Amino acid sequence: MAGGAASIKSSRSGIYSDQRNWLLLPSWVVLGFFVFAPVCVMLVYSFLTKEFRGGVIWEPTLAAYDQFFFDRGLFGDAEPKLQWTYISIFWRSIWQAGLATILALIIGFPTAYFIATRSPKARAIWVFLITVPYWVNLLIRTVSMKFLVREEGPLNDFLIYAGIIEEPLQIINTNLAVQLGLFYSYLPFMVLPIYASVERYNFILSEAAADLYATKWTTLTRILLPSIKPGLVAGCILVFVPSLGAFLAPDLLGGAKNFMIGSLIEEQFKGNAGNWPFGAAASMILLTMVMVLLMIFAHQQRRAEETP
Amino acid sequence: MNDVTNVTIDVRNVIKRYGDFTALHKISMSILDNEFFTLLGPSGCGKTTLLKMIAGFEDVTEGAIFLSGEEIGSLPPNRRPVNTVFQNYALFPHMTVLENIGFGLEMRGSSRKDAETRAGEMLELVQLSSFAKRKPSQLSGGQQQRVALARALAPSPKVLLLDEPLSALDLKLRQSMQVELKQIQRETGITFIFVTHDQEEALTMSDRIAVMNAGELQQLGSPREIYEQPQNMFVADFIGDSNLLSVSIDSVTEGLMKCHIGGGHFLIIDEASAVGVGDKVHLSVRPERLLLSDEAAETNSLKGTVLQSIYKGTDISTTVELEGGPIISVRTSNTARGIKRLMPPGSAAFVNMEAGAARLLAD
Repeated sequence: MAGGAASIKSSRSGIYSDQRNWLLLPSWVVLGFFVFAPVCVMLVYSFLTKEFRGGVIWEPTLAAYDQFFFDRGLFGDAEPKLQWTYISIFWRSIWQAGLATILALIIGFPTAYFIATRSPKARAIWVFLITVPYWVNLLIRTVSMKFLVREEGPLNDFLIYAGIIEEPLQIINTNLAVQLGLFYSYLPFMVLPIYASVERYNFILSEAAADLYATKWTTLTRILLPSIKPGLVAGCILVFVPSLGAFLAPDLLGGAKNFMIGSLIEEQFKGNAGNWPFGAAASMILLTMVMVLLMIFAHQQRRAEETP
Repeated sequence: MNDVTNVTIDVRNVIKRYGDFTALHKISMSILDNEFFTLLGPSGCGKTTLLKMIAGFEDVTEGAIFLSGEEIGSLPPNRRPVNTVFQNYALFPHMTVLENIGFGLEMRGSSRKDAETRAGEMLELVQLSSFAKRKPSQLSGGQQQRVALARALAPSPKVLLLDEPLSALDLKLRQSMQVELKQIQRETGITFIFVTHDQEEALTMSDRIAVMNAGELQQLGSPREIYEQPQNMFVADFIGDSNLLSVSIDSVTEGLMKCHIGGGHFLIIDEASAVGVGDKVHLSVRPERLLLSDEAAETNSLKGTVLQSIYKGTDISTTVELEGGPIISVRTSNTARGIKRLMPPGSAAFVNMEAGAARLLAD
């Protein structure tokens, strides 16, 4: 049947396929200009020689990548030996972004579930409220976060007042502060896709599970979570990827010790002190790694679905 | 028959309110072991609410529900030995057919292997063994329906609840599933409580039927009792086709009630009816219990004019306007003799009836 329908379509595709291609043109233009071209520029720049006051000299070299992995300096002629300076910054970034994602998931899922189980009218209001803080610039929000968690800030004041702690907690300039900052920056990206999935979830399935003797916890882990997995995955990717490249939260909340890859890249393009090819190379490496991570993830998903 | 020991589900004075709205008004009924019991009524009559209360998805506002003599009102659904076949099947989309069927068993503590073995047996029962590894989305509606049935039967519940499970299937499939369901119920010996708005389905499958309307129990009885001795206007009208005619009682002699209809009268025997002379009541008679004839019979024969005669394949449906105005419909089987009853509009005809064929119902 399906084959028959397809062949009917293809038999008169002469006119239609041409038209379809023309109508796709705007999409191709947009993709070309805003996705493909910038990546190409970045790729090309990462193989050029740096100009000392910013910018590039059009001379192809591997210096930027050399610096990233072996840290030999521009004209270093020592034996290539893997240096951990930048790789460890990278590793820390993945770690921080991962923890921020988990934090966002732990807070975001119940929030999304709560919103999705309200009445349709209340849902609209809750979604609206979730997005309100994000009308304010990210910089302002990150600074506010700094204010909240600093030693004499409201959080510490409250905890001391409530008698939970005696000495103010050192949150600022720690990894935790960065995770909190990242979590706060991207929380809606976790909440909204999960909300969309839970809203589409057929709650009769939960009833069916309860009817078949499943406890609430088992219903959650074996029925609800697998059913809304696309939303969970989307949320995690949408939080993890920007967290990985973020520089505001690590700069403002983490201090010099908790430097992340985003800050490293940012510095290469700031003022005259930067190194454009090195920044471009770091960006390319970041891009490649994110892509590899996502591909591994997608591959495992497919394998998990095929083997029952 | 109403021995206390073989009552599976006992519904006692159950009331359900949603705010100001009362969905169920003091319902009581006893459902017996190994019984195919049907809750029948139009949408909004409260039948699904009652089913959900037995399953545990709705709480009881007042009254109590007993399962094998034990009050279950406070038990959550996962602790009631009752399983449900949901209206739209509610199969778990991310699990295979076999995993779906094994789920309940696993939750009751069976090992995965035992659950799979039993699930395989259940698949055989519903004749879907070759579909074990498929996902529900790869099955047709009828197949999904069978999987839902197998899943609910697998943990051997004391009672199986079926919430309009056949309503999404087409007619042919529905009819064959009706027979199959009945057969499975007999084989397993599990009490089935079946909810439907389809009276034909209810009559076909049930041992007993509870007819409900607007949150109240209208009549409870065997299909035959429900069909042949409707207790009120609602049941007479809802189950099958009925002629409902306003009549008044002229006289009662030796159990024969003389009912005035239009310009003539019928003599009726209805032992269940408690009407007296002068009462204005409704006469209920099935179209197939009436006879259409060219000539008058000795008694119980009313003269009229044919309004229309419709050929329906298995039978012929004729509408007759009786003298004095009442309109009555007569169904004649499509036999060699019956085909002669395809009468042109305007022809004169007599409607004949046996004295015991009709019921007299108070308003």
